[in-house]
Amino acid sequence: MERRRRRELVGKVFEWIALAATLFGLLVLFLLLLDVTRRGLSVLSWAFFTNYPSRFPEQAGIRSALLGTLWVMALTALFSVPLGVAAAIYLEEYAPRNRLTRFIELNINNLAGVPSIVYGLLGLELFVRGMRLERSILAGALTLSLLILPILITASREALRAVPMSLREAAFALGATRWQVIRHQVLPVAFPGILTGMILALSRAIGETAPLITIGALTFIAFDPKSPFDKFTVLPIQIFNWVSRPQAGFHARAAGAILVLLVVLLTMNGLAIYLRHRLQRRYHW
Amino acid sequence: MGLTTRSAAAVQAARLHRGMAAQWRELGELVIQAILFFAAMVSVFTTIGIVAVLVVEAIPFFYQVSLIEFLTDPQWTPLFAQKHFGILPLVTGTFLTSAIALALAIPVGLLSAVYLSEYAPARVRAILKPALEILAGIPTVVYGYFALLFVTPLLKRVVPNLETFNALSAGLTMGVMIIPLVSSLSEDALYAVPSSLREAAYALGATRLEVVVRVMIPAALSGIVASFILAGSRAIGETMIVAIAAGQRPILTLDPRRAIETMTAYIVQVSLGDTPHGTLEFRTIFVVGLVLFLLTLVLNLLAIRIIERYREIYR
Repeated sequence: MERRRRRELVGKVFEWIALAATLFGLLVLFLLLLDVTRRGLSVLSWAFFTNYPSRFPEQAGIRSALLGTLWVMALTALFSVPLGVAAAIYLEEYAPRNRLTRFIELNINNLAGVPSIVYGLLGLELFVRGMRLERSILAGALTLSLLILPILITASREALRAVPMSLREAAFALGATRWQVIRHQVLPVAFPGILTGMILALSRAIGETAPLITIGALTFIAFDPKSPFDKFTVLPIQIFNWVSRPQAGFHARAAGAILVLLVVLLTMNGLAIYLRHRLQRRYHW
Repeated sequence: MGLTTRSAAAVQAARLHRGMAAQWRELGELVIQAILFFAAMVSVFTTIGIVAVLVVEAIPFFYQVSLIEFLTDPQWTPLFAQKHFGILPLVTGTFLTSAIALALAIPVGLLSAVYLSEYAPARVRAILKPALEILAGIPTVVYGYFALLFVTPLLKRVVPNLETFNALSAGLTMGVMIIPLVSSLSEDALYAVPSSLREAAYALGATRLEVVVRVMIPAALSGIVASFILAGSRAIGETMIVAIAAGQRPILTLDPRRAIETMTAYIVQVSLGDTPHGTLEFRTIFVVGLVLFLLTLVLNLLAIRIIERYREIYR
């Protein structure tokens, strides 16, 4: 009995250690948010959003970075979503189980783990120099599109897989062609899942810094980007630039910009959860 | 007008028409399938593109710098007047920060996974698990800010002679970022173990801890190891945290208190500078990128292989 009790005690101690480990991550998250808020809340003003970057910390704002982020995200979504969904449809609905399909899947799995900065090197040679897009919004968006494609494909495939087979079979039985089944039956049902995956993939792209630095996104932009061929900067690069300076005034600006970025991310994630919840209710079977 | 009143010719024409429509539809189906196939192949083209870009830029580099020098020279100074092209300092820097990150993320992540899958009540789990996932969604540049402006000042109070830029705080912060990766993949692996195994162990009188250590973890080991490998791959490729907080000084050291430079941080450093494209100095970033790509490729393929294998066992 004595031994049993000791074993139980050791188990109890372990449980507490495991709980502490789980809470450790959350504690760090809390400290991070606290530090960013403490340092950055005071710089948030209307001028912070409407001012261009500046040599003087108290005048520096995120106007061009915010506009750049909007431009890049819109174009990234435009390029990556159709491509990602199409690839997912092929792999889930058409692809035969053969070597080529397995090779494509292996590629996607591996690309998901390729460091983002390597995509930057690809973007630099392929888009910036190869296609002569220079250091434009377009080059940045194309690079980020390739980067988030694996995430999009994986999420869309899961959404397609969740559509019941009986739905497809019923449509086939009525004489619909494969594409008609996909277009009219499968896609509408999978739509909420695809949309959620899309928002989550874009929220990954919105925080990316390294690949855009590699393709040469400038940090000092004192004008509004007007077309996809303009030079640009984005929020994460502006944050990186401010963090890298020695003055505490710029650190506070960085914290303020982080707050803006985190609020955008939080909104996107909240939207994804809401949409999934809201749209999924329409279909019952 | 019924079918019977139609002339034979009209019937024939209708049939032909229907046949043509079906043919057109079939052609449309084929075109759509071809487009979708092309979209799926983009990922293959991307891989080919990455390899081609890195290799094409790396080959001229090795005309000028021998592979022996590249792999054994203990100095990396391509941007100085006295040029040395030994990648060892960058590789050491990368491994140092990654080792620190893994030393934190592996135990904490695995313990979190065990707690969430074996101990936590359903309600607690429903709160803790998504909360932990938030850590993975925070942009890395934010972690860089945190490492430099919060973790380093904090560590300076405890660790003597800690430099402002150092491998330790960058590594630890990176470790926190990787915790959710380890914990969620390990948890999946634990979840895949059939509960009959767990129940059998309980029936033999094992305590919870004994079930975890002697039954669950060994049974899920391959998946857990795969999560460690993926965590390593992520740590090696992580860029912004080390670029901000670990420094830009490629020295051959294993002292975590000193400023070092990782492979990724070097690529950032050159990208921000004004080194002209096409020079030997600029080519170095593609060579470093190639080493980085190959390292992570090996780790990723290994992890994918392990995950596929253990899935087959318990299906």
